Amino acid sequence: MTATSNIAQIHPPTPAPQAGVEMTGAEMVIQALRDNGVDTLFGYPGGAVLPIYDALFANDDMRHILVRHEQGAGHAAEGYARSTGKVGVALVTSGPGATNMVTPLADALLDSIPLVVITGQVPTHLIGTDAFQECDTVGITRSCTKHNWLVSDIDDLAAILHGAFYVARSGRPGPVVVDIPKDIQFAQGTYLPPGQSPRRSKRTTRQVDQTKIAQAVEIMARAKRPILYTGGGVINAGPSASAALRELARETGFPVTSTLMGLGAFPASDPQWLGMLGMHGSWEANHAMHDCDVMICIGARFDDRVTGRLDKFSPNSIKIHIDIDPSSINKNVRVDVAIISDAGEALRAILSAWRTRRAPAPSIDAWWQRIDQWRARKCFSYAHDTDVIKPQYAIERLFAATRGKDVYITTEVGQHQMWAAQYFHFDEPNRWMTSGGLGTMGYGLPAALGVQAAHPDALVIDIAGEASVQMTMQEMSTAVQHRLPIKVFILNNEWMGMVRQWQQLLHGERYSHSYSEALPDFVKMAEAFDCTGIRANRPEELDTKIAEMIAAPGPVLFDCRVAREENCFPMIPSGKAHNEMILADDLAATRIDDAGKKLV
Amino acid sequence: MTHSARSEARTLAILVDNEPGVLARVVGLFSARGYNIESLTVAETDTAAHTSRITVVTRGEPATIDQIKSQLDRIVSVRQVIDVTDDAAGVLRELALVKVRSSGQDRIEALRVADIFRAKVIDTTLESFIFEVTGASEKVDAFIDLMRPIGLTEISRTGVLSIHRGPHADRLMGGDAERSPEPLAS
Repeated sequence: MTATSNIAQIHPPTPAPQAGVEMTGAEMVIQALRDNGVDTLFGYPGGAVLPIYDALFANDDMRHILVRHEQGAGHAAEGYARSTGKVGVALVTSGPGATNMVTPLADALLDSIPLVVITGQVPTHLIGTDAFQECDTVGITRSCTKHNWLVSDIDDLAAILHGAFYVARSGRPGPVVVDIPKDIQFAQGTYLPPGQSPRRSKRTTRQVDQTKIAQAVEIMARAKRPILYTGGGVINAGPSASAALRELARETGFPVTSTLMGLGAFPASDPQWLGMLGMHGSWEANHAMHDCDVMICIGARFDDRVTGRLDKFSPNSIKIHIDIDPSSINKNVRVDVAIISDAGEALRAILSAWRTRRAPAPSIDAWWQRIDQWRARKCFSYAHDTDVIKPQYAIERLFAATRGKDVYITTEVGQHQMWAAQYFHFDEPNRWMTSGGLGTMGYGLPAALGVQAAHPDALVIDIAGEASVQMTMQEMSTAVQHRLPIKVFILNNEWMGMVRQWQQLLHGERYSHSYSEALPDFVKMAEAFDCTGIRANRPEELDTKIAEMIAAPGPVLFDCRVAREENCFPMIPSGKAHNEMILADDLAATRIDDAGKKLV
Repeated sequence: MTHSARSEARTLAILVDNEPGVLARVVGLFSARGYNIESLTVAETDTAAHTSRITVVTRGEPATIDQIKSQLDRIVSVRQVIDVTDDAAGVLRELALVKVRSSGQDRIEALRVADIFRAKVIDTTLESFIFEVTGASEKVDAFIDLMRPIGLTEISRTGVLSIHRGPHADRLMGGDAERSPEPLAS
């Protein structure tokens, strides 16, 4: 599998000890992490993991980032994983430590992020007695993990840990939990390295079906209005999948759009790029999706934020779907050709079949002319203001100021997230970390810590909203302690912007509890955390302040005061089709019916 | 989930690793995604290989049934999912214990019906019988329907069990092959 081989390339395994070494369970955890290529973990100690922390004390080559809340450890591990292609690792205690991890686990499951989370558990003989800090961790996390284990025998521990890494990164990646009772951490046992441990999980290797590839290429070669619809699966398949996508786009001349999760797999600076699709996607991408005759979906899952109204979704197209997870096929949208495969392998197979096809493809010039007409609508234009900073303008200036730098972007969830996706452009994969599926406010700040831990010299920016960022604000303290110089760029409009926007459009402008009457002074807050606080109030000072933020050697909280009631457009209103999207200038004509209001 | 015209009952045999929580994983998937369970049986069937067999009767449209099979296949502890519904080689059986309370002519009628269904009497008092009946679910249903006017008082059913005819162990069937995992290593 491509993802697996990438991990091996990025991190060659350290030499394993001789087979059959005696050690404690806690020492096995550290050894297993090392043998699976882990050099950094994110965690928070507590009673039920103290033996493992003791082993960490003795193995100071293993880098441990101490967070301020377990949720922060989970999101940091996600950011680490997403920006490196490696498995992210977190270590937390039993009870509240484990329950605080539930949100990151659910987040990683929906966005297919490989995580290994190790939780402490009360000793075996106390399980089921309502002991102090006991909770049913495997029960609680069963539905928000790809798999989980409660270790009940020291002899199983090493094999379970190696299996955990395999399950997390193989096939469609996802989070796993290994719950280790305290007595197992103390127990002595025999450690076997990954190659020599009994294999405890099913293999899912799969050959690409060449007949389906041939079918797909035949359909593609007859397409008059084709589109490549790509998603996070291309990123998960590693940089070589992004390279194959670029080659395929170049050779076919097909236009490319992507989901929120797939941004960066195809360069935004390429003329064939249509921008993101979906609820807040571009006019041209959504119209092209609606009117296409052949849709090639690669590593995306026809999510409701992408399809809009299902019965009007791309009504006249032949659909080809490449996904590594068979359950994604025909889940929401019936497709005509299904290719169960790693995105990179399928793309390379299609590419080689495309090169050897017999009939020349028909011209798609007319299709590009239509696309150019949609582009001419300039759907991302907005009214400039000389007194107030427009949030779109802030992202545009941030993007301009970071050109030529090694930059990674994380986000929270809401309007700022969509503006970041629209106005910050990505040319490379693994540069964009956002909570897509679960929509977790509070994701971006700790995720930025994980990214920065993996890329110490890079410029890591969390594009945030003032509401989201307060959910995991305490992790600024982690940034300061571990000298992780993240920049938190807060678009502060004093509202839960996306909630306010929906209340305006769908709930008769009744702004129920979406305004924060009291907000902290973010600059003073930065000072309290012993980092840098910067505030920008007016458009003309923005560039200087952004430059100041980038030049600051340590972490920065940037309070960017923006227009309060700006809405995020374009928008496909709930219950509408791709070709019924609205733009900023036809808001007055918008009426969303009751059926649409009931959707999320 | 509402039953539309195209909705149909399907019997799935699910071979799983016999490990703690595996039943909760399978049942949890059905409840979390809003699928139906009409009956469920589970027991360890191969001690050496640590496998158990879960037989689920579910109901849904063909697309939903496909989703159920794919979603089951995603569970790490699930080794194989076999749809035995339309398979001529599939044998489906259910066992029921049926308590009937009656007297006089009705007692004789109960025994006569039991004889026709090849049900066994496994307990009796002067005023009651417990019958053990096995067969396809429809046969068990018919037996129960006939006993109702005679004095049916209590029923306990196992749910459906399934296995394939012939000398071979269960294998992947037709259309499922593409979606099922490779055989286990080690």
